[in-house]
Amino acid sequence: MTTVVTIKGVDKVFPSRKGADTVALRGIDIEVASGEFVSLLGPSGCGKSTLLRIIGDLLPPTSGQVVVNGKTPAEARRDRDYGMVFQQATLLDWRRVLANIELPLEVAGQAPAERERRAREMLDLVELNEFADHFPWQLSGGMQQRVAIARALTLQPELLLMDEPFGALDEMTRERMQMELMRIWQQTANTVIFVTHSIPEAVFLSTRVVVMSPRPGRIVGVVEIDLPQPRQFETREEPRFFEKLVDVREMLRGAEE
Amino acid sequence: MVATPASPPAPALRPLVGFLLILVALLGLWEGYKLLGQSTGGTIPFTDVNLPVRTDDRSLPHIWEIVGSILAPAQRGSEEPLGLVLARASFVTFREALAGFAAGSTIGILLGLAFVRSPLVERGLMPWVIASQLIPLLAIAPMVVLWAGRYRLPLWIAVAVIAALLSFFPVTVNTVRGLRSPSPTSVEMLRSFAASPTQELRKLRIPASLPYLFTALKVAAGASVIGTLVGELPSGLPDGLGRQLLTFSYYYGSGPEKLFAAVLFSVLLGVVFVALVGLVERLVIPPARRVQS
Ligand SMILES: Nc1ncnc2c1ncn2[C@@H]1O[C@H](COP(=O)(O)OP(=O)(O)OP(=O)(O)O)[C@@H](O)[C@H]1O
Ligand SMILES: [Mg+2]
Repeated sequence: MTTVVTIKGVDKVFPSRKGADTVALRGIDIEVASGEFVSLLGPSGCGKSTLLRIIGDLLPPTSGQVVVNGKTPAEARRDRDYGMVFQQATLLDWRRVLANIELPLEVAGQAPAERERRAREMLDLVELNEFADHFPWQLSGGMQQRVAIARALTLQPELLLMDEPFGALDEMTRERMQMELMRIWQQTANTVIFVTHSIPEAVFLSTRVVVMSPRPGRIVGVVEIDLPQPRQFETREEPRFFEKLVDVREMLRGAEE
Repeated sequence: MVATPASPPAPALRPLVGFLLILVALLGLWEGYKLLGQSTGGTIPFTDVNLPVRTDDRSLPHIWEIVGSILAPAQRGSEEPLGLVLARASFVTFREALAGFAAGSTIGILLGLAFVRSPLVERGLMPWVIASQLIPLLAIAPMVVLWAGRYRLPLWIAVAVIAALLSFFPVTVNTVRGLRSPSPTSVEMLRSFAASPTQELRKLRIPASLPYLFTALKVAAGASVIGTLVGELPSGLPDGLGRQLLTFSYYYGSGPEKLFAAVLFSVLLGVVFVALVGLVERLVIPPARRVQS
């Protein structure tokens, strides 16, 4: 298996004028292999979003090294290796759904016909074909997030970075979206790094869960989730699933002491 | 979004009906106030406190007198009704205001873009932009007219400059606000697929700024009319509404209703200008976005 992301000794310090600098991350080492689904799990403020943004070249690390597909994050971003999904869907409300999904293709300079073909394919993938001509505010929160996922996947990125994409959704929608994401992940064979602070969500989705400590964020450990693939609705009811929940929970608790 | 019940009047006419109702109410208030003053002899009922505005026909002419003066000939020995004279003057003033508005808005938009592109430019220029609004208009207007004369520019340009001075400010401020309105996450979303700064501007910031911009353009339209009227006074331009206002204020004693008529036309001019901008807004921004912002 090829390595997609290598993170070595990454620190992140947010300087502050009053001298009380915020150490957000300390000594982060992670390797992510192609096709993996890795969750970053930890309490609020432990630096999950910061780490994700460092990987995605939206923020520079204070020290340490990040390699993505053998390149620096800046090069990887320029090559459009990333698809990103945030807690807010960030759809442009003056564009219809289809045009929202076309946005990355437009930015990449693709021809209109090709753009539309590809965007419709993505709309198929997230099962929202009937809503191509709707405006974002005519969709439910879950549907908006599916559009955001479709948009993130249009350029067929190597690496999907997701920052609490389902954090704003209710529990039932959330579980449906998790199933949906599993199906999409199976179909696209993407590598995913997924930020969450929900333990069941991390265990259900991931092949590995990276557990982080409260600030300054460090990695306390990694739990391999070797539950059978594809994950199904029943996965959540299996005894093995509960065992993994307990493993992760104990690791989290250990981190807080 | 509010559901509108499908009862008459048709939704499109509703603002008009509301406008007419308020107009009737205002006219009623005007005449009612006069009636009240005349019945009490100019004091608030049951007191001997004077009413804030005198109610005699000189201070507050009857509505029908104002309307009558608009329909009556402007001068003795002339066929032309005052209304036509004022309408023609309004059109002249409108053209000047439009020139000032166009120049002011263009400058405002360009400044706004420059400010958002470079915080350094913003910090350097913003104090001057604010200072420009604190210049007493009445003092600067004759100066601008003089300068225009020095360089043999047509006088209407001097007037338009004053209109532009008033109208560029709201446009600058709101362009900056509008261009900065997208959330940081939206910006990160675009950067995640390597959008260039120009693409960020074209695909995100400019569309997001349009509702802000049009709000500013409406304010600027009104301001440009005010600026034009003030500019016309010292310029000695004979054709505009400003001159009419001046003339009728001289002869207030002999015909107060004429000044009121000229004021009415000035207000109408502003209203029409703002409404025109609103019309363009409707064409540019889809309805749903207008409701939201
Ligand atoms: N731009 C910034 N400037 C200064 N400090 C920051 C900045 N961004 C994040 N921080 C700090 O870094 C720490 C980690 O923040 P981060 O957003 O990565 O946490 P998180 O794990 O994603 O939390 P949550 O689960 O609540 O989203 C916090 O203490 C935060 O205050
Ligand atoms: Mg976060």
